[in-house]
Amino acid sequence: MATEILMPALSPTMEEGTLAKWLVKEGDTVNSGDILAEIETDKATMEFEAVDEGIVGKILIGEGTEGVKVNTPIAILVEEGESADDLPEPKSAPEDSGDKAARDTSEPAAAATEAAPAAPKVDQSPDWPADAQMKQQTVREALRDAMAEEMRSDEDVYLMGEEVAEYQGAYKVSQGLLDEFGARRVIDTPITEHGFAGIAVGSAMAGLRPIVEFMTFNFAMQAIDQIINSAAKTLYMSGGQMGCPIVFRGPNGAAARVAAQHSQDYAAWYMQIPGLKVAMPYSAADAKGLLKSAIRDPNPVIFLENEILYGRSFDVPQIDDLAIPFGKARIWREGSDVTIVSFGIGMQYALEAADKLAEDGISAEVIDLRTLRPMDTGAIINSVMKTNRLVTVEEGWPQGSVGSYISSVVMQEAFDYLDAPVINCTGKDVPMPYAANLEKLALVTTDEVIAAVKQVTYR
Amino acid sequence: MATRKSSKKPNVSADELKHYYREMLLIRRFEEKAGQLYGMGLIGGFCHLYIGQEAVVVGLEAAAEEGDKRITSYRDHGHMLACGMDPGGVMAELTGRTGGYSKGKGGSMHMFSKEKHFYGGHGIVGAQVPLGAGLAFADRYKDNGRVTFTYFGDGAANQGQVYETFNMAALWSLPVVFVIENNQYAMGTAQARSTSTKDIYHRGEAFGIPGEIVDGMNVLAVKEAGEKAVAHCRAGKGPYILEVKTYRYRGHSMSDPAKYRTREEVQKMREQHDPIEQVREMLLTGNHATEDDLKAIDKEIKDVVNKAADFSKDSPEPSVEELWTDIYA
Repeated sequence: MATEILMPALSPTMEEGTLAKWLVKEGDTVNSGDILAEIETDKATMEFEAVDEGIVGKILIGEGTEGVKVNTPIAILVEEGESADDLPEPKSAPEDSGDKAARDTSEPAAAATEAAPAAPKVDQSPDWPADAQMKQQTVREALRDAMAEEMRSDEDVYLMGEEVAEYQGAYKVSQGLLDEFGARRVIDTPITEHGFAGIAVGSAMAGLRPIVEFMTFNFAMQAIDQIINSAAKTLYMSGGQMGCPIVFRGPNGAAARVAAQHSQDYAAWYMQIPGLKVAMPYSAADAKGLLKSAIRDPNPVIFLENEILYGRSFDVPQIDDLAIPFGKARIWREGSDVTIVSFGIGMQYALEAADKLAEDGISAEVIDLRTLRPMDTGAIINSVMKTNRLVTVEEGWPQGSVGSYISSVVMQEAFDYLDAPVINCTGKDVPMPYAANLEKLALVTTDEVIAAVKQVTYR
Repeated sequence: MATRKSSKKPNVSADELKHYYREMLLIRRFEEKAGQLYGMGLIGGFCHLYIGQEAVVVGLEAAAEEGDKRITSYRDHGHMLACGMDPGGVMAELTGRTGGYSKGKGGSMHMFSKEKHFYGGHGIVGAQVPLGAGLAFADRYKDNGRVTFTYFGDGAANQGQVYETFNMAALWSLPVVFVIENNQYAMGTAQARSTSTKDIYHRGEAFGIPGEIVDGMNVLAVKEAGEKAVAHCRAGKGPYILEVKTYRYRGHSMSDPAKYRTREEVQKMREQHDPIEQVREMLLTGNHATEDDLKAIDKEIKDVVNKAADFSKDSPEPSVEELWTDIYA
């Protein structure tokens, strides 16, 4: 049967082109793979190959013709003994799939901007029974216990990273794990973040549940392609077939006097990625409960710790299975005049500021987000509906910060409840300096949080 | 080590040869059809065809056992067909339809099949190499005797993460066959212009990984080398490198103007080294098949591909709800 040869699309963006030259003439026999014509696109001159075999019955578009639209019939291919006139009625041009795609996406976009109900429902149930026995533990010990407990209950969980085994952890978080679980499950890697992150992600795709320790998250920048392109996107790209249950954990943010390359807060970076979950605990109990949940989660989790907090002690409930759900903020202190939202080490400034503000008669409600993705924005909105004022606190940089995202959510969902503009207290917009006095200035401070609260409360 | 030459009288059955012929032809006809659908605007974006390289995956699949894993780059259609994935499901993914392996959300470069142990389909050059070693890491952790084929090109062989992976794969004796599909061009850059050594497998020696060069246009040579590599891995001796010299007839992707090589060069490969023609010759001269037998296979394959193409056009676009699914498990 005679078939039309259509003007091909030779690049992802081509809509029309010039039929520069025919390399066959009417009556020629062609086989699949033979070059039929040269076609000029906006980028290059391309050779156009035959897909079917047959005889060139008729050339419909002469060489040198410009602006030939994609899918226009340019020639007719016939079989032995046929003529070009045997062609059935011309096919209509296929619908423009570009327009269709644009139309299809409009619907969910509208759904996403739908106004939130007046008072969001939030889960404020206690994380553990009120009568649980408490024990003082450092964040470091709590993290180790979380890993040990999960490794005891699931043989597929293993820990990999630089100095996690024989050295007992660069920051001693994995102390004792090698002794208990052996070298098969507590694995020292060479200094090769990109490579071992990729190996861990591959092993997770095959069903293991790796915990990858980055000595600090600064070094995870070497591995960020594997974290985002391989770990976070695979479930979506595979249509739900193949997931990646993995935890990337380690200290994040400024430590002390280690200068620009070792002092960056990545909370806002990872929080942006669909497919990742992000936790950044402050207390030891949260560190333990969230890490246990992270290890059990079927998704890739970024678990941002803090070197300064490792040695801090907090009450940790001594219960069998302390697993704290993601997406549930913790209200550390109730208040009525202003809401202070923070996470991770930022909580230290938020809580200190609240104590001092209380002396001045300002009652601050302090919310610890605990996880940034999913983020319990409902808890923030609820609190703002009560206090009508909001200050956010983080160590990261101001542009594209966690606070700026919170501000936009509050503007969209609780604008009418705000009595003052939201203020984001952040680290200064500079690389971290080494000099002690400058470093102090570069970080967010308790005094800045107090000043921001006074500004939004007009005191 | 010397290049493997095809022996004059291969010890191979007629059925085996016909199987290779059929499998390679399926890939070639499938890819030609994909090129055609791309030209019609039914396939969009990037589309990297495998035409010319068919013997690599068909030969190595012949060396694989049930449960072995495979992972590759974005030039992945051939690997999927060779490991038994459904041509209709692959083509429907190319057209971005709900019947595709990723429900239309992955496209040409991103498909997976748990059932066939195919782990993608990765778009960042070289990223699949540590991932493949990670699959092998899981097999070694579970001590299940499985082997992973990790495919990458001569272009990816210059990525740093490949050597990070070589180091750890050797250090931990991971059961992984690194298959360097050397088609001689990294996109448009000839190997001699990008790579300091002529043979890439030599680089494994620095890590204590054995390897060899394989004639990638000869399916029997590929299979033989594959069997040796797999036996090495299964014996617990760690990774093995196969540098398979092959050639891609088509451009890097659909929008490749192919100015970096001559038409004569491509033509010469097609006429003198075509992997399918070689098997066809063996079948005919060895009296394993008649012209009519082969015509029947051609027709059978043509039907399979046409059916796949029809399915890929008829399968509906994913529902708009799919935009928001499969982000979290």
